[in-house]
Amino acid sequence: MRLLFAALTAVLVAAAPAWAAGSPTLERVKKNGYLRCGVNEGLPGFASPDAKGNWTGMDVDFCRAVAAAIFNDPKKVRFTPTSAKVRFTVLQSGEVDLLSRNTTWTMSRDTQLGLEFVGVSYYDGQGFMVPKKLNVTSAKQLNGANVCTNTGTTTELNLADYFRANGLKYKVIAFEKNAEVLAAYDAGRCDAYTTDASGLYAERLKLRNASDHIILPEIISKEPLGPLVNQGDQQWGDLVRWTLFALMNAEELGVTQRNADQMLKSANPEVRRLLGVEGAFGESIGLTKDWVVRIVKGAGNYGEIFERNVGVNSPLKIKRGQNALWNKGGLHYAPPVR
Amino acid sequence: MTQRRPPRVVMPGPVEWLRDNLFSSPLNALLTVLALFLVYWIVVPFFQWAIVDAAWSGTTREACLARENGACWPFIIQRIDQFIYGFYDLAQRWRVDLTLAGLAAGLMWLTLPGLPAKRGVGAVMLTAFPVVAFVLLVGGVGLERVPTERWGGLIITLVVAVVGIVASLPLGILLALGRRSELPVVKGLSVAFIEFWRGVPLITVLFMAANMLPLFMGVSVNKLLAALIAVALFSSAYMAEVIRGGLQAIPKGQYEAAAAMGLGYWQSMIFIILPQALRLSLPNIVGNFIGLLKDTSLVSIIGFFDLLGIAQAGTADAAWATPNTALTGYAFVGAVYWAMCFSMSRYSKHLEGVLASGEKR
Repeated sequence: MRLLFAALTAVLVAAAPAWAAGSPTLERVKKNGYLRCGVNEGLPGFASPDAKGNWTGMDVDFCRAVAAAIFNDPKKVRFTPTSAKVRFTVLQSGEVDLLSRNTTWTMSRDTQLGLEFVGVSYYDGQGFMVPKKLNVTSAKQLNGANVCTNTGTTTELNLADYFRANGLKYKVIAFEKNAEVLAAYDAGRCDAYTTDASGLYAERLKLRNASDHIILPEIISKEPLGPLVNQGDQQWGDLVRWTLFALMNAEELGVTQRNADQMLKSANPEVRRLLGVEGAFGESIGLTKDWVVRIVKGAGNYGEIFERNVGVNSPLKIKRGQNALWNKGGLHYAPPVR
Repeated sequence: MTQRRPPRVVMPGPVEWLRDNLFSSPLNALLTVLALFLVYWIVVPFFQWAIVDAAWSGTTREACLARENGACWPFIIQRIDQFIYGFYDLAQRWRVDLTLAGLAAGLMWLTLPGLPAKRGVGAVMLTAFPVVAFVLLVGGVGLERVPTERWGGLIITLVVAVVGIVASLPLGILLALGRRSELPVVKGLSVAFIEFWRGVPLITVLFMAANMLPLFMGVSVNKLLAALIAVALFSSAYMAEVIRGGLQAIPKGQYEAAAAMGLGYWQSMIFIILPQALRLSLPNIVGNFIGLLKDTSLVSIIGFFDLLGIAQAGTADAAWATPNTALTGYAFVGAVYWAMCFSMSRYSKHLEGVLASGEKR
């Protein structure tokens, strides 16, 4: 009995520094030697394995950025593909350290699941795709249109709201599966196809002549997608949140994967603070002061990640739109490192 | 004495053959026409899509976009490694090759007629081979460890199916015997076990084992191990009922004769009852195996990409999105599953013939 007690005490004493150090999650990640990241099972531009078996996509690159911040090596990530049904359970059970899986930030998810959204990594929302030959440039010109969509989703409700608010007539042609919606649209049974904009760009690639179709500029619903962590480890949440902000701040200040080392010599005080030449902001989240240099050199800045995976030069050809920085007409606004 | 002559063999002409086999009655004629129509309607367009109009060469999606009405085979060709190994480390794939070669060699030795020492080979395949395969696939003993998260494709499908098949047969036999036992505790436990596992869907079991256990108990098990145990227990319950059906078909006289010979319970089971019961249950046993092989695709729920999952994940690669990518992936995976299931089915038929030779005399 005394031996058991002594052993227990020894274990507790050994475990104590882990609590004292601040973030148990960060300690565990460091001890494992890799970050465990939950991603989508396959979503074009956000998470999918390429032909060589490497995970690619915006959500994937965010995981790599966090890994780069911690380990100075963007490859130290293990990806867990998660379906929409199990994603929250996988995070709650501690099977992953971070969920970066195109998840819409809503109040109920943020407050009722014991999880915490750290920010918005992609502003998505419902949009419309139309054939170019219709000569339509705005969703407001869709009066009397046949619109294809999925049955029983919020897309159908958003659609009704939007057309009623704008005094437009329309007819819904709804199908159970994505493939059916797309086939109907491709066969010309409807004038427009509506779903989340990122999905429209992905589905467009499966059309017979992708270049004959455009996505209209109107976004009629709010779908802010962002990474999540478990509640209760404040410092880990801060680390993930500020990794996201660092990616955006790096883009704003012109720090890129290629010029990160030269930028260390920059005279701009904002750049010097971001890259840790002045101050030691990284240490407040349990990292080293050159944390942003590691992130940008490992994964690129936000703009580079966007362009690489979904931008106009990628197959998806998504314009920045709402996902531009605040000073370029978009919504991304990262608080300063100061 | 006249010489015995063999009966006259009448070789029917093509018209007679058609009349006898395809148009013997108005109903048969109608069915024949319908079947021909179906062939024309389904097989011809499929052939057109999969072979004639298909893209066969190229390394990018553009090659497939150029042939918009045909299958996109370059998608499969570029990713064939992924379909076999998943994300298994490139430098370590020889270990998978070696395991698969060993499995194939062992199975061929056991299934091809006329090869010697089947008993010895069988014993090696059941005892030494699993250990060697485990070390080769997982690592250890000087080999680099490959985390199971990196496994995928055909290896996941085969590992889950083979472990399920190999474990479920002996477990199923024991459970079936237990359920027919006269000892109330053994019988009760067997019934409870069987009915529990048959009462829950496999997808729930996998989800519980991989995601809920860590949440409730705070213990983290290797997800593949959890899935293997779940699949083995699940399929053994079904196997038990299949074998129980075979046991019930054995006439009571066989039990009594065995007892009259002075054989004990285990002796009579092993030498008299089970050989007959297993032979009777063989079609259903193999049916279960085939079902199990196809059920392995459910491991995608716990984040593993089996053969089917790899195909689905691949279609999400924007660099390969075309109108035909998903269809081609499904067609390929379907063909692989069909080949595996059909060969099991054929072997089972062959085995039935061999085992039934006693009845032919």
